[in-house]
Amino acid sequence: MAKKLNMRKRYEVLTRGLGWEPTYQPKEKVFPQETYEGIKIVDWDKWEDPFRLTTDAYWKYQAEKDKKLYAVIDSFAQNNGHLNLSSASYVNALKIFIQGVSPLEYGAHRGYANLARQFSGEGAQLACQMQSIDELRHSQTQIHTLSHYNKHFTGLHDPFHMHDRVWYLSVPKSYFDDARSAGPFEFITSISFAFEYILTNLLFVPFMSGAAHNGDMATVTFGFSAQSDESRHMTLGLEIIKFLVEQHEDNLEIVQGWIDKHFWRAYRVLGLVSAMQDYMLPDSPMSWKEAWDIYFVDNCGALFKDLARYGLRMPKFHEQATDEAEHLSHQVYTALYQFSHAAAFHTEVPSKEKMDWLSEKYPNTFDKYYRPRWEMYAQMEKEGKRFFNMGLPQLCQVCQVPMSFTEVSKGEPMKLSQRVTEFNGDKYHTCSDGCKDIFDHEPEKYAHAWLPPHQIFQGNCGGAEIPDVLKYYHFNPEDGGDYKGSTDEATWKAAHGLDDQQTTPEKSA
Amino acid sequence: MSKDKLFIILQNTEGARPFTEAFEQENPNAVFKYDQPGMIRIENNGFLGITKEVVSELAGHEVDLQELHLVLVSLSGHVDEDDDYFRLSWN
Repeated sequence: MAKKLNMRKRYEVLTRGLGWEPTYQPKEKVFPQETYEGIKIVDWDKWEDPFRLTTDAYWKYQAEKDKKLYAVIDSFAQNNGHLNLSSASYVNALKIFIQGVSPLEYGAHRGYANLARQFSGEGAQLACQMQSIDELRHSQTQIHTLSHYNKHFTGLHDPFHMHDRVWYLSVPKSYFDDARSAGPFEFITSISFAFEYILTNLLFVPFMSGAAHNGDMATVTFGFSAQSDESRHMTLGLEIIKFLVEQHEDNLEIVQGWIDKHFWRAYRVLGLVSAMQDYMLPDSPMSWKEAWDIYFVDNCGALFKDLARYGLRMPKFHEQATDEAEHLSHQVYTALYQFSHAAAFHTEVPSKEKMDWLSEKYPNTFDKYYRPRWEMYAQMEKEGKRFFNMGLPQLCQVCQVPMSFTEVSKGEPMKLSQRVTEFNGDKYHTCSDGCKDIFDHEPEKYAHAWLPPHQIFQGNCGGAEIPDVLKYYHFNPEDGGDYKGSTDEATWKAAHGLDDQQTTPEKSA
Repeated sequence: MSKDKLFIILQNTEGARPFTEAFEQENPNAVFKYDQPGMIRIENNGFLGITKEVVSELAGHEVDLQELHLVLVSLSGHVDEDDDYFRLSWN
C-alpha cells in the first residue's frame, strides 16, 4: 500500500494535480469574469491556502461539527431551553439575526459558488467551494436552531421573505447585493476581507458570548459551530489580499479602493449589531465600544501594520468609525425604537439597570446626550404617549440606514449629518462622508438603489397605508411595537407562572 | 519580528483542553483570558504556536492538529500549518 502523503503534499496533489488547461475553448471564454475588473493574475500556482484542508478532512470535521450542534438543538428543545433565557426581550436580537444575517449566509453561499466557478486557479476554486458549502450550512443550522423559538415567539416566521422587502433589512441586503453584483475579485475582497477578516469578529464573538450570558445555549452552539468555519474564511480573506497585491503592482490601487469601500459598507451594516449588543441583550458581556477597541482598533491596527509592506493602508474613514464608537448604538437603537411599529421585533426604553450600565460603558456620551432622550421617552410612555414616528424616514442612498447619524467627527454629535450629490439632474442623499464617497465613485450603480420608503411611496409595497405595507412584509400585527404589552411578554409571563404539571407555555393569541 | 499582539480564541470545552494547555506550555508569555462566557482568548506578542507532539501528549492519544477546527472560534495573524505544527505570526 502506498505511503500516506504529508499535509503539504496531499494539499498540493488536490489543488494542483486536478486542474487542466482547456483546449476546446480559449481560457478567457471559460473564465469570462476573471479579467474585466482590471485585476492581473500572473500565476495562480502562487496561491497558497494557509489551511491545507483536503476534501476528506473537510467532510469529516464538518460532519462532526453538525453532529455536536444537532445534539444540542435536540436537547434544547426537549428541555424547553427558551424558558431559561434572561428575558423574552432577548429574543428580539435573534429576530434581527435570522431576518438580517441568515439570508446573508445564504447569499454568501451563492456568491462563493460563483467564485468557485469563475476563478481559474484550483486552490482558490477549492477554498471557495468549501466556503460556499459552509455558508449554506450556516444558513441551515441557524434556521433549524431558531425554529424552536418560532414555536413560542413572534417575528421569526418568514425571515427570507422579509429580508427582500423590509426597510431595516435592506441595510444588510443592499450591502450583499452590492458585493454580489460586482466582479469576482471585488466580491471576495468585500466579503472575505472587509467583512469577514476586518469586521466579522464584532458580529459573532460578542454576540455568541452574549447568547451564553443570556442563557441561550442553542445560539451559542450554532454560533460557535459557524465561527469555527469563519476562522478559515478569515484566513482566506487575508490570503486573497496578499495574493492579489503580490501578483501585479497594478492590483494594489484597485484592491485598496475595494477595501475602503467595503469596509465602510460593512461597518454601516454592523450599526444594527451595535444596537443588538448594547440595547437588545438584557445582559451584555461587552459594549460595542469595547468590542470595537479590541477587534478593530487593536486587531486591525496590527493587521494593517503588517500589510504596510505591500503598500496597503487602513481603510479610508476608519477614524470616523472609531470616533462614532461611543455614539453608534445609541443612535441606531433610537431609530429602531421610533419605527418599531413597522418592524418584526420589539423595542423598549432601557431599564434603569441598563441605563446605568450604558452610563458606565459610555462615560463620555451616554449621560450627556442619550440618557435625557430615553428619560423623555419614558415620561411620554408614562403619559400614554409612547412615541412612534409615523413618517417614513429618508434613507441614505448607499447604506440605506435612516439618515439619523450625526457629525460626530466634526465635534457636533447633535447635528444631523447629511451629504448630497447631484447626478443626472437628480439629488442623492447620503449619511456620511464614507457613503458619499462610495456614491460619487459609482453613481450609476447607486442611483438604482431599491430604497424601501421610495418604493412604498411609489405604490410598490402592497398599498398606501402602514397595515398594507406590513401585510406585504408578511408581518403579523403582534410582531411589532413596544415589548411592554406584547404577545411575547405575555407568553413569557404566562410560562413562568405555570404550575408544575404544565411544561409548555400556551401560545397566546 | 513585529511585537504586535495576535490572538486565537478557542471554545472553553473539554475537546479544546489539550490545545489550550499546549498553547500554555509552548508559549510561556501568552496571556489567557476567560472573561467572556464560553470561550478562552489566548494572546501573545507576534507569535503563537503548538506542536502535535505536545498536544498528543496532553490528550493522552495521537491528535491530528486539524482537529483544532472543531474548537476554533477566531484568530488573527498569518496561519502556517503542517502535520506536526500550527503557528500564527505577524511577519
